[in-house]
Amino acid sequence: MSPFTPDTGTSLQLDQLTKAFGGRPVLSSIDLHIPAGHFVAIVGRSGCGKSTLLRLLSGLEIPTDGAIRVSGAPLRGVNQQARIMFQDGRLLPWKTVLENVGLGLRGDWRPKGLEVLRQVGLQERAGDWIAQLSGGQRQRVALAKALITRPRLMLLDEPLGALDALTRIEMQQLIESLWLKQGFTSILVTHDVEEAVTLADRILVLEQGRVARDFRNELPRPRRRGDSGFAHLTAEVLESILHNDEGSGAINEPAIHAVNSNTHHNKSNGLGNSVRPGSSVATISH
Amino acid sequence: MARIKASILSHRLRRTLLPWLVPFLLLLVWQLLSIAGLIPSRLLPAPSAIGLAGLHLAESGELWTHLSVSAARAGVGFLIGASLGLTSGVLTGLLKRAELLLDSSFQMLRNIPPLAMIPLVILWFGIGEEARVFLVAIGVFFPVYLNTFNGIRSIDPGLLEMGRVYGLNPWQIVTGIVLPGATPSILVGVRFSLGVAWIILIVGEQIAANSGIGYLAMNAREFMQTDIIVFSIILYALLGKFSDSLARGLEFKLLPWHPNFQRVARDERSKHALS
Repeated sequence: MSPFTPDTGTSLQLDQLTKAFGGRPVLSSIDLHIPAGHFVAIVGRSGCGKSTLLRLLSGLEIPTDGAIRVSGAPLRGVNQQARIMFQDGRLLPWKTVLENVGLGLRGDWRPKGLEVLRQVGLQERAGDWIAQLSGGQRQRVALAKALITRPRLMLLDEPLGALDALTRIEMQQLIESLWLKQGFTSILVTHDVEEAVTLADRILVLEQGRVARDFRNELPRPRRRGDSGFAHLTAEVLESILHNDEGSGAINEPAIHAVNSNTHHNKSNGLGNSVRPGSSVATISH
Repeated sequence: MARIKASILSHRLRRTLLPWLVPFLLLLVWQLLSIAGLIPSRLLPAPSAIGLAGLHLAESGELWTHLSVSAARAGVGFLIGASLGLTSGVLTGLLKRAELLLDSSFQMLRNIPPLAMIPLVILWFGIGEEARVFLVAIGVFFPVYLNTFNGIRSIDPGLLEMGRVYGLNPWQIVTGIVLPGATPSILVGVRFSLGVAWIILIVGEQIAANSGIGYLAMNAREFMQTDIIVFSIILYALLGKFSDSLARGLEFKLLPWHPNFQRVARDERSKHALS
């Protein structure tokens, strides 16, 4: 199913990984092995520690305890094999699209820059300023910028969270096709359970700094939101996120119901949508 | 096609002419009131008389001597003050230690109006060129310093973090992210300080000088030449406007990426597309 490519992706090994901010644990003793080339999604409520986990993997944060090994070697400092794609893109407005893509590179990177821009469908915008692009185009530039160095580990920190539903689906297809082609290991942090089910082979539900559930996702690609297997897994993952939350049982039941009916609805109109679990809860509680 | 072109032309014409409408009307009313004798020419001469006085000054060459002296003072004072302000701002903006060492002293000195130092400055430098250049430099220093410091400190930390993840070294982060990111703010400081430079120079030249536009005005007072006094005042306004346009030109040149400064480029493009 997944392109298991040990030479292009890196494997990750987390041993008793712990991170605390000011004595408050955010991640507690996480043990995890991610084989090279896998696509793993990390979902969970806000504040469950999923973004912290990503920042630890990139080397931007230092673990309080425990260790991370990247392809067997302990991680020290910034993870050189990894590229992060952030939700807000983090592009430099004073550089052109192409210059953003080649940021920090030496030598003759321009042909390569144009090539990755072509892969994300933006080569004719190479000379434009960032301010002239739409939100979706900016994220494509961010993706091209992450891809140009042929990273072995791609860390996606809610990269599509700020985009509209249709653009998000297009970007998911783009990310999936690039991953299938290049075989880098991918870690996706997201709020959007459907996005996780669309892209990942494995979905980790993080809760209070621990891995609460570990789902395998062996649905055939490309995955369709309307399929019953897709709907079933989405509901299951959602349930495990919502169910484990104590004290708010009253809204859990209708929330899951609402999302299920949404997925049924998708089947009937054939148009994938990305109603997020959060928005369904909001609708019900009104 | 021709109609679109004509409408763009009239649009551009309106944009260049409209700002001058109010000053023109004011001048007209002023001239009419003077002709009607409602404004005594001893207190405020008619615009035509002022224009004539300016013409005479230009013909005798006096105007250009004073003008170049004033411009040189403003220019040299500005260059010294702005480069010191820029350097200190970059230093304190980048290095926490430099900020601790210098910033509170600067904040203290900032609250002294430069003109309050005139008596001391005259004692130090006499009424020579150094005195006025010194005053202008001090007046220019603080706006440039503050805006440089703030510009550097208000850079999105996310961009700095991105630079780190993408393997930039500290020098690349400073030249590629910090300085370009602070440039809009630095230019605000430059624009503001150009105004300050002229204000300080006016006062400085009126109090202690034997050349320059301020001197021209003070000297004219001795002989009750109201027309020359008003002409000098208008000259200051024009010079201020001129240096502000210069600063704006600098903004357009240095910030082509900024959405605020892309209007002209778009206009140019549409013009080319239509012609």
